[in-house]
Amino acid sequence: MIDTGVLYGLTGVALAAMGFRATLLEPEVIRKLLAINIMGVGIFLLMIATAYTGPDTAADPVLHALVLTGIVVAVSATALGLALERRRRDKDGS
Amino acid sequence: MEVDVLVLSVALPLCGALIAVAWPRRCEVVGMLTAFAVSVAAVLTLVQVLVVGALQHEMGGWTPGLGIALRVDILSAVFLVLVGLVVLASSVYATGYFGQPREKAHFWPMWLLLLAALNALVLSSDLFNVYVTLELLGLTAVSLAALSGQRAAIDAALRYLLVGLLGSMVYLAGVALLYLGYGTLDLPAIATQIESEPIAWLALCLMTGGLLLKTALFPLHFWLPPAHANAPAPVSAVLSALVVKAGFYLVMRLWIDLFPALLTPSTGLLLGIPGAAAVLWGSWQAFKAERLKLLAAYSTVAQLGYLFLGLALLFQLAPGPTRDVLFGGIVLMALTHGFAKAGLFLAAGMVQKRSGNDQISNLGGMAQRMPVTTFTIALAGVALIGLPPSGAFLGKWQLLSSALGLGQWLWVIVVATGSMLAAAYVFRVLERAFAGSSQPDAPVAIAREEWPALLLSAIAAVLLGVGSGWLWPLLGNDI
Repeated sequence: MIDTGVLYGLTGVALAAMGFRATLLEPEVIRKLLAINIMGVGIFLLMIATAYTGPDTAADPVLHALVLTGIVVAVSATALGLALERRRRDKDGS
Repeated sequence: MEVDVLVLSVALPLCGALIAVAWPRRCEVVGMLTAFAVSVAAVLTLVQVLVVGALQHEMGGWTPGLGIALRVDILSAVFLVLVGLVVLASSVYATGYFGQPREKAHFWPMWLLLLAALNALVLSSDLFNVYVTLELLGLTAVSLAALSGQRAAIDAALRYLLVGLLGSMVYLAGVALLYLGYGTLDLPAIATQIESEPIAWLALCLMTGGLLLKTALFPLHFWLPPAHANAPAPVSAVLSALVVKAGFYLVMRLWIDLFPALLTPSTGLLLGIPGAAAVLWGSWQAFKAERLKLLAAYSTVAQLGYLFLGLALLFQLAPGPTRDVLFGGIVLMALTHGFAKAGLFLAAGMVQKRSGNDQISNLGGMAQRMPVTTFTIALAGVALIGLPPSGAFLGKWQLLSSALGLGQWLWVIVVATGSMLAAAYVFRVLERAFAGSSQPDAPVAIAREEWPALLLSAIAAVLLGVGSGWLWPLLGNDI
């Protein structure tokens, strides 16, 4: 039976790869932003999976702190992207 | 005392940015004071490093491993000074460029945050901290690039944002792999453990790939010309001179400090071949450009190519004096380009402001109307072509002699062709500038806006060449 940690890690890698592909291929800006977020989530999942050291030991706190920081960065970046896209659509509308 | 100076480079602009947000009426004064103080801190840091050698500061007293260390050696100190001086000169220029209180209130906080991000990036010796500074740098750079609010600028900024995010995500994946393999994020600690194994290779590829996207190495340069050409002039100057250079700085750090165990002499070709293509393609596009700012942006693509070409040669040389001299040459070229390109973009901004556009075909009579700006463009051109006595001349000379020493004459042809094209695009601008104008105009000189650009170009074209004698030997000790 496959180890749970490895399963989570591989899922993370798969998500990251899907997000990467979609970022490059999707034509729509909003879809690209979503794809980058999915890619980020994949990488975060990989990091959390590596932090798991067994059922009885504490997980690696450094990686959790990194992922938290990463989420904050991803949220602000997405917000800036959405703001720019909205401004662009407003310009087109007027 | 010495650690204080190190922290100041990051803390001062961060505090300045907060004050500028809280006090929009006085943001210009706050911004200028901060930019000045940061330059002084950068020079003091360089002096400290020259006197006592590399310094490290453990933030909050936490040792690396759990804590984040700031580290400065001669290479980072030199980049700190480049950042400080270019930002200071562009700040002086910006006080004249942005007239409306609204524009100022939008510009200065982001500008200071960008400065904080650049300094933090140069000083970080923790791979995840580098990721955070990369994102901070990317977000502030995008906001500044979109500042004009015009459709073309927003389009370019959006593309810049997406590319930047993709680049830093790929970089982060590499960092995660390194942590998985070696259990630490501290750069020197990983460097002692790293071995040539699959996980290290994968991390090297991911981190380098992400950074090259951000550095706009050919063929990943597609986002750079529109973003740099449509930003406000002081922003273009800093984007082209410093922000892309930050990616180059990191690639150089990673390949020289972190991954030497993995590199064989031919690995460097992975950087050198795109570098050579960038030199040729960027110079050709610059020659064909219709607008002055677009010309400057494509010239950045080409100049980054020389730096990567230099790295490719560097990895083929055995450690020793020849390698040290080439390393000094590469750093000198990076510095020269930083000062020259900032000067050129500021001058282009003057032209655009005065005549409403920056079409090269409309430059006729500029030598009479704007003598100082024309002179600035000429000086920056000297540095971009690599004529003596500019720093780029010495750097290119080292590239050429290393390539000949290795018996690889193809690089020589690339460098020579690139320089020839650079001469062609610089003289194309100057030829128009000196051509007669149908409506002679009284010459103008606006000291606050023209002198910063002139000084930057003069540093690139004269000071870095003439004064490199003392800097060069010091750089070699670093690797």
